[in-house]
Amino acid sequence: MTSEILTRATTASSEQDEIVLVGRARRRDAIFAGLGLFILFVAMAFLLALIADLFVDGFSRIDMAFLTDFPSRRPERSGILSAWVGTCLVMFVTAMLAIPLGIAAGLYLEEYAPKNWLTDIIEINVTNLAGVPSIIYGLLALGFFVYLAGLGRSVMVAGMVLALLILPIVIVATREAVRSIPQMIREGAYGIGADKWQTMWHYILPAARPGILTGAIVGLSRAIGETAPIITIGALTFIAFLPPAPVQPDFPFVNFDWLHAPFTVMPIQMFNWISRPQAAFHVNAAATGVVLLIMTLGMNAIAIWIRFRLRRRIGL
Amino acid sequence: MVETPAPTFQKPIAGETESGGIGGILVRPEKLRAEVRNLSFWYGDFLALKSVNLPIADREVTALIGPSGCGKSTLLRSFNRMHDLYPGNRYDGEITLLPEGRNVVGPQTDAILIRLRIGMVFQKPNPFPKSIYENVAAGLRVRGINRKSVLDERVEEALRGAALWNEVKDRLHDSAYGLSGGQQQRLCIARTLAPNPEIILFDEPTSALDPIATARIEELIDELQQHYTIVIVTHNMQQAARISSYTAYMHLGEMTEFNATKEFFTNPRHERTQQYITGRFG
Repeated sequence: MTSEILTRATTASSEQDEIVLVGRARRRDAIFAGLGLFILFVAMAFLLALIADLFVDGFSRIDMAFLTDFPSRRPERSGILSAWVGTCLVMFVTAMLAIPLGIAAGLYLEEYAPKNWLTDIIEINVTNLAGVPSIIYGLLALGFFVYLAGLGRSVMVAGMVLALLILPIVIVATREAVRSIPQMIREGAYGIGADKWQTMWHYILPAARPGILTGAIVGLSRAIGETAPIITIGALTFIAFLPPAPVQPDFPFVNFDWLHAPFTVMPIQMFNWISRPQAAFHVNAAATGVVLLIMTLGMNAIAIWIRFRLRRRIGL
Repeated sequence: MVETPAPTFQKPIAGETESGGIGGILVRPEKLRAEVRNLSFWYGDFLALKSVNLPIADREVTALIGPSGCGKSTLLRSFNRMHDLYPGNRYDGEITLLPEGRNVVGPQTDAILIRLRIGMVFQKPNPFPKSIYENVAAGLRVRGINRKSVLDERVEEALRGAALWNEVKDRLHDSAYGLSGGQQQRLCIARTLAPNPEIILFDEPTSALDPIATARIEELIDELQQHYTIVIVTHNMQQAARISSYTAYMHLGEMTEFNATKEFFTNPRHERTQQYITGRFG
C-alpha cells in the first residue's frame, strides 16, 4: 500500500498526459466500432438485397400447385415436387450418415486417440478435407460409388457424397464442443467412479450437445445448397416421378427402394430452369430459390431453438 | 505478505534439520484406514513426490498443508488415481488401504475400482450440467443402481448428510447451476456421499467460497468425520487447525512433518514448518 502511494506521487505531475492517453484509447475504440458497424451494414444490405430480389421475382409464383406438380415443358404448369422430395430424401441420408460418423470420429480424435504422429496426420487432413472443392467430392463419388461400387446415380450416392462433404464440419464441431467442456466436469465424472464410456456418454456428450448440433445443422445447411457434386454424379434434371415411398402397408412396412431411385434436388432444378431461354422458367427458378432459402433458414432456426432450449435446461 | 503475530510455540531446537521420526512422521494414529509408504510420483520427468510417508487415521480428518507446488494436491490426487487421466504420469511406492492391504497405486489395481471406493470433492464446485437430483444420483447410477425407490431414498439421505436437503427439497429437478457456489459445493459433497465411500478426499474445497459458505462446509466436514475417513488439502492453516485431527506439512515434494494437529501447531519441530505456520514464507 505504501509503495502504491509513492508511485502515485512520483507520477502525479503527468496527470494531463494520462488524460490525453485515455482519450486517445477511447477514440481508437470508437473509430473501430464505427468501422465495424459500417462494414456489417454493407454486408447485411447486400444479403437483404439478394433475398429481396429473389422474393420479388419468385414469391408470387409459389402456390400449392407449384409444390405438388412435377416439372413440365410449359413453365406455368411446372412444379418442384420431385425436387423438394429429392432434397428431403438426400438430406435424410446425409444426416443419418454424417452426424453419427462425425460425432464418433470427433469424439475418438479428441478423447480416445493416442497423441502421436498418426493422429496428427489425421487431424491435419480432417481440416484439409473441409477445404477441398465440392466438385472433387463429386468426382470421387462418380468414380467410386457410381461406377466401382455400382450404386448408380441414386439418392443413396447423393446422400453419401454430401455426407462426405460435411463430415469434416461435423467432426471439427464435435471436437471443439467436446474440448470446451471444462476439465472439472471430466474429473468429476471420473471422480465418482465412472469409466470412460460412462463419462463420455452420460456427461461429456450431453454437455457438448448444443455445439455438436450447431455443427451438424451448419453442415446440413451447406449440403442442402450443394449443386456441383450432385451434377457430377449425374443426377437427372428432369424427373417426373417420385421415388418409391419409404413406408408401405405390407410387412415389413418400410421400404428402402427409394435409396436406389434416380432423383433430382432443388439446386439442380434451379440450375436447369435458369439455363432455359423462356423468362417464365427464370421466375420458376427464383421461386425454387425462395423455397430453398426458407428451408435453410428454417433448419437454422430449429438449430438455434434446440441450442437455446438445451442450454437453458442444462443451465450452461 | 502481511506479518501475522506469532502464536506461542517453542523455539526450534538449533541446528535440528531432521525432525526425528521416519520421514517426518512424529505420531502414529491408533487406528489406520490407509497408509502411504515411500510414495514417489513423476509428472513426466518431474519428480513431484519424493518417497512420501503418511498414515491416514480411521474416521478422522487428516489435513495436508504447505506452500504452492509442495505436492499436497499431487499426493491427494494419488489416492484416487486422478493422475491416470493424463499421459506421462508415474507412481512408485504404495498407498495401502487398510485393513485388507490393497495398494491403490499398484499396477494391478484398477483405477476405476479405487474411485468407486474413494470419493473426491474438488477445489471448485463442479456439479454436472444436470438436475440437482441427477447430480446426487450420478454416483449411484454409475454403480448400476437405477431403481427409483432406492435412488430417491439415497439421494435424500445424501442431501441431508450434506446439509442441503432443506434448501433444495422443493426443486430437486431444477438445474444444479441455479445453486449458489456454497450450495453447489455441498451438492458435490452429497454426490460424493451418496455411494458411501470409504475415504473422502477434499482438494481445497473452500478456496472458491465466501467465509459463510466456508464455515458451513467446515461444520459439515466436522460432522462427516464421525462416519468417514477424510483427507483434506487446504491453503488455509486456520482451517487445518480448526477441523483436522492430524496435520501434515509438505515442502518441495517431501513430507516435512506429520503430527497430531494440536501438537503440530503449538509445537512444530521442523524449522520450515515453524516458518510456514508463522507466515514467514509460503
